[in-house]
Amino acid sequence: MRIEEQIVGSVHLCIGQEAIPVGACAALDLTRDAVFATYRGHGWALACGTDPVALFSELLGRETGTNGGRAGSAYLSDPDHGFYGENSIVGAGAPIAMGAALAARYDGSGRVALTVFGDGAMNQGAVHEAMNMASAFDLPVVFLVENNRYSELTPIAAMVRRDDLVSRAGPYDMRASRIDGNDVNAVRETISEAVATCRAGQGPVLIEALTQRLVGHYIGDAQVYRPHAEVEQARAKEPIIVLSATLRADGVSEHELAGIETRVRAEVAAAATAALAAPPADPTAVKEHLYG
Amino acid sequence: MGEITYAQAINAALRRALAEDPKTLLFGEDVALPGGVHGVTRRLRREFGDRVFDTPISESAILGGAVGAAMMGLRPIVEIMWADFAFVAFDQLINQAANVRYVSRSRLKAPMTIRTQQGATPGSCAQHSQCVEALFAHIPGLRVCLPATPQDAYDLLLAAIECDDPVVVIESRALYHSLKDTVDLDAPRSPIGGARIVRPGSDISVVTWGPMLHTVLEAAHVLEGDGIDIEVIDARWLNPFDTDTVTESVSRTGRLAVIHEANLTGGFGAEIVARVVERGVPLSAPPLRVATDDLRIPAAPGLQRAAIPGSDLVAGRLLSLLKPGND
Ligand SMILES: Cc1ncc(C[n+]2csc(CCOP(=O)(O)OP(=O)(O)O)c2C)c(N)n1
Ligand SMILES: [Mg+2]
Repeated sequence: MRIEEQIVGSVHLCIGQEAIPVGACAALDLTRDAVFATYRGHGWALACGTDPVALFSELLGRETGTNGGRAGSAYLSDPDHGFYGENSIVGAGAPIAMGAALAARYDGSGRVALTVFGDGAMNQGAVHEAMNMASAFDLPVVFLVENNRYSELTPIAAMVRRDDLVSRAGPYDMRASRIDGNDVNAVRETISEAVATCRAGQGPVLIEALTQRLVGHYIGDAQVYRPHAEVEQARAKEPIIVLSATLRADGVSEHELAGIETRVRAEVAAAATAALAAPPADPTAVKEHLYG
Repeated sequence: MGEITYAQAINAALRRALAEDPKTLLFGEDVALPGGVHGVTRRLRREFGDRVFDTPISESAILGGAVGAAMMGLRPIVEIMWADFAFVAFDQLINQAANVRYVSRSRLKAPMTIRTQQGATPGSCAQHSQCVEALFAHIPGLRVCLPATPQDAYDLLLAAIECDDPVVVIESRALYHSLKDTVDLDAPRSPIGGARIVRPGSDISVVTWGPMLHTVLEAAHVLEGDGIDIEVIDARWLNPFDTDTVTESVSRTGRLAVIHEANLTGGFGAEIVARVVERGVPLSAPPLRVATDDLRIPAAPGLQRAAIPGSDLVAGRLLSLLKPGND
């Protein structure tokens, strides 16, 4: 839809990284927990429970979008599902998540705040300020790094001395782990433990989930900076293939797997069709909601 | 002389600066090996090696690093990929770069160039759309320019790099690959400052800058059909601002309009109106400002069109200046 220009502007996909939002959201209680994601957040919204029609509608600038077309692909939110939103400023979600966790100390909600960001965001000052303050105050924050090894067009290895980002937990004395982010079960288990740690008042926690994007940074990125073989190798280890293999080993039949894929594809296609039929965002309302 | 794009003109200016002055450095996110997310800095790493390098996503380190290197006598040229991202590192510009010369009584200086780009394009989100030139222009100690043509993209950037003070060059993402023109690459370097009368006219003096110049020229073209003769001034530099060219023009036309993509309140248009009024230039109509509504910028193209002035709106507002009651 972006290529056909039905959607305009930058679109960042999480293809190849799906296990992280799916596994993490399965470990959260989204009636009270809060998720703060990045522009690469469509998968996070869906995993939180956002209606796919509302998601597609937002990308298409429709009135029926999660934000009525105001947010677009890179800044959408759906707080009814615990999705406090994407953020298009690298690292900016981390201090906000820390604040949501700070609120939990006063409002008795037992909320855990999860902030997810990329490897590159680890070099943003705001992330470090948030990690230090969360740590100093024992706040219930899960700092989750989706390490896909690239920040836009630059490999993270060229921008850090040590590319195991989990080591950044050390100076802040946070519990931490580094996991295979393409294994949805590993993600769910690790986040479950992290959430339990946070709810017990022993947060924050830092988790580095290793993954790879199978597509460009944004749609239209030709990925000339990336060896072709690397993408090919990543394809063999991508989360859906990994999960299918696990399910097969557990005795799920090819027929059942194919049925799931058919059902999901139909659901996505129907959502896209419904969104395309929705009315565009109402320009006469453009001035509303600047102040209360 | 062949035509080149606005982006290629910037690339050519950077190449010339890097070639002519070994003290120049070029750094920022994705600028070196990838050649920039918009391809503006392509091939410069290959030609100039280590003097062109990629940085972490650390705007404070980029800007602060430029301040420090400039204080030591180098001439860093840095890129802040989107003007919206300067906010995570405003301290290094405002509390640091802008103070270096003044507080040291010129014992130290910070000859650094900050290239960035701004503006809304269809679908761009509220954190990638803002026009923030007035914020920079408000800061004494910073110079600010906004090229609107390929030639100016070339000339203004070279002037900025040669300037011994921090200069913010605000480019237009919308123009990078869409605008082409012949560019004199051997032009003698011009000093900073100076507006340009792009279209002489006798009825209204319209001051604008950046990509809004092209919207205004379109509107002027439409109004020409109605027998209305608009003078269009591309301010180009907000600091130093060329008040003389504007007042001279207004003293001929008797009418002033300032048109910018940045939102209205506190926009640089207010400053221009105040300067003209303070000089006591006689006006036959109240000064007019046309700007984006005081809003966050929505992503959906239809919403953006409702908030940001297009050429129809500009033409209508200019017409109302001549025929009060038609607004
Ligand atoms: C403060 C700031 N600086 C720069 C950017 C431009 N930018 C957008 S995404 C990105 C790369 C981020 O890489 P990473 O954190 O690894 O996340 P990924 O995109 O790989 O998921 C950059 C530099 C931005 N949005 N905000
Ligand atoms: Mg990354």
